[in-house]
Amino acid sequence: MQTFKEALDKQFGEGKFLLQKFRDNNRVIVPAEHLLEVMGVLKSVCGFDMLSDVTAVDYLNYPGAVDRYHVVYVLTNTGTAERLIVKVPVNDPDPAVPSLTGMWIGADWIERECYDMFGIVFENHPDLRRILMPEGFASYPLRKDYPLRGRGERHNFETVLRSDS
Amino acid sequence: MPVAPAPVPFPTISDDTPDKEYLYTLNFGPQHPATHTTLRLVLTLDGETIVKCVPDIGYLHSGFEKLGEDLDYNQYVTIVDRMNYISPIYNEIAWHHSVEKLLGIELTPRCKYIRTILGELARVSDHLLCVGAAALDLGGITAFLYAFNQREHIYNIIETMSGQRFHPSFTRVGGLMFDVNESWIDQIRKFVKDLPRAHDDITRLLNRNRIFIDRTKGVGYLSTEDAIRRGASGPVARGSGVVRDLRKDEPYLAYGDLDFNVIASKGGDCAARYLVRLEEIRESLKIIAQAVENIPSGPVNVDVAERFGIPDKGATYRSIEGLIQHFEMIMTNRRWEPPIEEVYGAVEAPNGELGFYVVSAGEGHAWRARCRPPSFIHFAMLPYLIEGHQISDVPAVIGSLNIIAAELDR
Repeated sequence: MQTFKEALDKQFGEGKFLLQKFRDNNRVIVPAEHLLEVMGVLKSVCGFDMLSDVTAVDYLNYPGAVDRYHVVYVLTNTGTAERLIVKVPVNDPDPAVPSLTGMWIGADWIERECYDMFGIVFENHPDLRRILMPEGFASYPLRKDYPLRGRGERHNFETVLRSDS
Repeated sequence: MPVAPAPVPFPTISDDTPDKEYLYTLNFGPQHPATHTTLRLVLTLDGETIVKCVPDIGYLHSGFEKLGEDLDYNQYVTIVDRMNYISPIYNEIAWHHSVEKLLGIELTPRCKYIRTILGELARVSDHLLCVGAAALDLGGITAFLYAFNQREHIYNIIETMSGQRFHPSFTRVGGLMFDVNESWIDQIRKFVKDLPRAHDDITRLLNRNRIFIDRTKGVGYLSTEDAIRRGASGPVARGSGVVRDLRKDEPYLAYGDLDFNVIASKGGDCAARYLVRLEEIRESLKIIAQAVENIPSGPVNVDVAERFGIPDKGATYRSIEGLIQHFEMIMTNRRWEPPIEEVYGAVEAPNGELGFYVVSAGEGHAWRARCRPPSFIHFAMLPYLIEGHQISDVPAVIGSLNIIAAELDR
């Protein structure tokens, strides 16, 4: 079982991806086109068999930000309890990353939530639709340009009267 | 009739079923006593057998993650409390674990021990409720009441400490809201002595109960590989043979000093998860009993000189550093100055791996506060676990996964 650094260097060449370390987290920044390959290497060669979390961060107006969104994957090696955080930068318009449901079926709901909250499309996801917000909701709530108190959707819900049905 | 039904082979999702004429669609609606709060299942049934299950969640979505970007690191603990509301203290411990990792704070030994004790009390409380509710959903109300009686004692302990029974909002960055006193310690000692009797009562009521075993054995089987592939953690994963406990794998707080076992089972079904939780109550009592005798003396909050917390009134009024620090912490445009970085910190909550991904932009509030919710990830497994079972197995499986809607929807 190689360390993730050795495995990535071996597969893609030395220092292809930016590696960061903060406190006890190891992070690697991977562009979206290499994501599936990198995840495949990490899963099969380095033993990161569990996908703990998929989330996104919106860096609009963040100090020192280059890309608008980063999709963050937290991988865990259940054998050695090692963790790795993989971040994929994505930008407007049409932010999209490949879906990991082919490798980890548990990713489907978490990716749906990420789509629901940020509008990041996960390509080849079996069922990409809103999960927490109601179906007709038009905005992506966790983006930084969506205000905390919303845009009045709470007061404009469509009501279904008993006489209609 | 056999003693226990044969284990159901792991079902697979089939694509061609729902359009057949004889199939009946049932709405296991958001208001239903067996769904443990507001979640909705649309079941496609062939008689009583579930052919397909489509969950619909979001009824309790309250924008907790958006609020995390507005409230600061100490205010957000009130929101985090309300996520897994069965064991609120553990959510606070998890939140401040991540925030303190971001800020680079090392807690005082006393604080670590007290947080450990509180965490294990929360774990006992959560498991008692889950075990009691498992019995209640299947009709055994007595075990439920035995469990809830013990939870009242835990509420009394938390009320002694913080004034609130349920959502104490007790942890702060760098320490706790108040220190604890002897009466709290005595109450815990009494609780540790009294719980085993109720635990034995529940065990005697349920473990060899023909009806309980028939309704939980072989139901909702989750294999080890599937548990890992679907991201299960906590008792759900340990009940399927994934021996992974963050208290041992990535020790935090005082767990490194204390002696306890990790409980796991190879069964993979509802009965296995129930037994794992029941035994974990016993292990948690061991931890509490050891920790409460060994609480180190000393301050509970980190030192004023480290400039992370609001100092107590003695330091505020009698020292200039305390006064300055108090001012810095209270004025809303000052507060903390965390590094402009992000961190993921996870703890072993009673439900599973509860992690917080905190991104900071150098201000007193988080830029992004993401909660990795174990209930959400476990609920995603429900359609796969329940396919091929009967309707009456739905409460058993939902109960064994310990789905808590506030953590599911946030």
